[in-house]
Amino acid sequence: MTASRARLLPWLVAAVAAAAWLFPYAWMVLTSFKTLEEIVQDPTAPLPRHLDLDAYREVFAAMPVWRYTAVTAVMAGSIAAAQVALALPAGYALAKLRFAGRPFAVGVVLACLLVPAQATFVPVFLMFAKLRMVDTMGALILPFAASALGTFLVRQAMMSVPDELIEAARMDGASEWTIVYRILAPAIRPTLVSLLLVSFVLHYSDYFWPLVMTTDDGVRTLPLGVALLREQGTGVRWHIVMAGNVVLSAPVLVLFAAAQRQLMRAVGGR
Amino acid sequence: MTPRARWHPWAMLAPTLALLVTFFVLPIGVAAYQSFFSWDLLTPPRFVGAANYRALAAHGHLFHIALHTAVYSGLVVTGTMSAGLALALLVDRPGRVFALARTSIFSAYVVSWVAVALLWMWMLDGNGGIVGGALRALGAPPTSLLGDPRWALPALAAVGVWKLTGYAMVVFLAGLRSLPRALLEAAALDGAGPWARFRHVTMPHLGPTAAFVATTTLVTSFQAFDVVRIMTQGGPARATELFVYAIYEQIFLNLSVGKASALAVVFFLLLLALAGLQLRVWRARAGEAR
Repeated sequence: MTASRARLLPWLVAAVAAAAWLFPYAWMVLTSFKTLEEIVQDPTAPLPRHLDLDAYREVFAAMPVWRYTAVTAVMAGSIAAAQVALALPAGYALAKLRFAGRPFAVGVVLACLLVPAQATFVPVFLMFAKLRMVDTMGALILPFAASALGTFLVRQAMMSVPDELIEAARMDGASEWTIVYRILAPAIRPTLVSLLLVSFVLHYSDYFWPLVMTTDDGVRTLPLGVALLREQGTGVRWHIVMAGNVVLSAPVLVLFAAAQRQLMRAVGGR
Repeated sequence: MTPRARWHPWAMLAPTLALLVTFFVLPIGVAAYQSFFSWDLLTPPRFVGAANYRALAAHGHLFHIALHTAVYSGLVVTGTMSAGLALALLVDRPGRVFALARTSIFSAYVVSWVAVALLWMWMLDGNGGIVGGALRALGAPPTSLLGDPRWALPALAAVGVWKLTGYAMVVFLAGLRSLPRALLEAAALDGAGPWARFRHVTMPHLGPTAAFVATTTLVTSFQAFDVVRIMTQGGPARATELFVYAIYEQIFLNLSVGKASALAVVFFLLLLALAGLQLRVWRARAGEAR
């Protein structure tokens, strides 16, 4: 009796916890299938009367969903790719090469870990405004093309690669370029995959930076578009906002489902 | 290892260092410099000394922003850490329900803050929100939590906890899994009960992990902006005006570069001080436990 109860209690609590996190998603999807009439008359009715796709039609009519998605994906993809490409040689120099300025360079990277973009966006915005770069992909991508955290993680991973591997490659006449991108990159693959995934997901979902660096529709990203659905006087039309929310989060949740293990390891393993 | 040429290390570091200095190191200096000027982006900047700081400090405005940010961060950090640790201990066992709980709780960390903010805004809505309705059924007054100056900030913090708990849980899980089983078994053989094992074996082992989670969630919550901008715009009655939103207001709504920069400088210094203090406390505690 007590043994089965000792096993039942954690099971029940876990089920309740899972529900507390799954219910909001379910409510989002259910609301998105309702009509304005249903939202007004009985907003807390558990199920929509029938699967009504009008809210989705309205979302696609209210904003260029495909263009926003493309802009967002290109932005997040470029940032993630640039971070990996730049962190590799920098991490190699910091982990494996002995030179006079190394402690200084490590110090700069570590110091930047403590500076959030939220503390620097005013001068950066003014600089981009002067260069007429507000509302360009450059203003969205460049500030994050190098990542202090990414550089640090790649350096840590490279430190555990034996020097002999590099020495052997040098004996074979491999260039430093080849050593960094062809020999060391595969050797620290799990770290690079983590960095790529986490960085993509983070910037795909980012709201703050695209909001302050764009003033018009030119390079607007999906999170901004969806937030605008709410601001543009939708009033009680929550079914449309929730449909936009589904459009925004579904791709991320699909990616999450596919790469759950890697993401958890990337976040948990630091 | 010796570089093949003396310029090699610098060439490899150049792009990274140039970008980091341009976008993270220099802007802090520029903000500090501009905080001593009055500039509305239209007329030329004018040197005003510490007037921006004095204007912000007047009427306790700056203090209120700092206090609200501290309360929000305090609630999010304690909520996230206790829920994250409790859930990590709960779901660290085999079985489908536990795997489902792990996945669903962590998924909130991956989803955009925009989606989370809009979703909770709808659920907390005074008229049609399902949580609002449940609270009213329990006897709460028929106003929205987000429209009540007393409850708006805790409500935002609750949303932050919901979003970040999965992160803390996953980091704690990694910490738990690095705990040698033999240690727990030895403690059990010595007659330690579940609570004693947790208190004297698991907790000390998790010290560094907890320090890491505390610092990262502090930094994240201190920078909160999305929930404020989307759910309350700093209201009602400025009850949810947090630092980053206040900076955003100063530059984009008031066109005051000087005040925005002054706020950014104070924000950055507070963040540094808090993170440093927290690391110290946790280090001292980790030292004691050993």
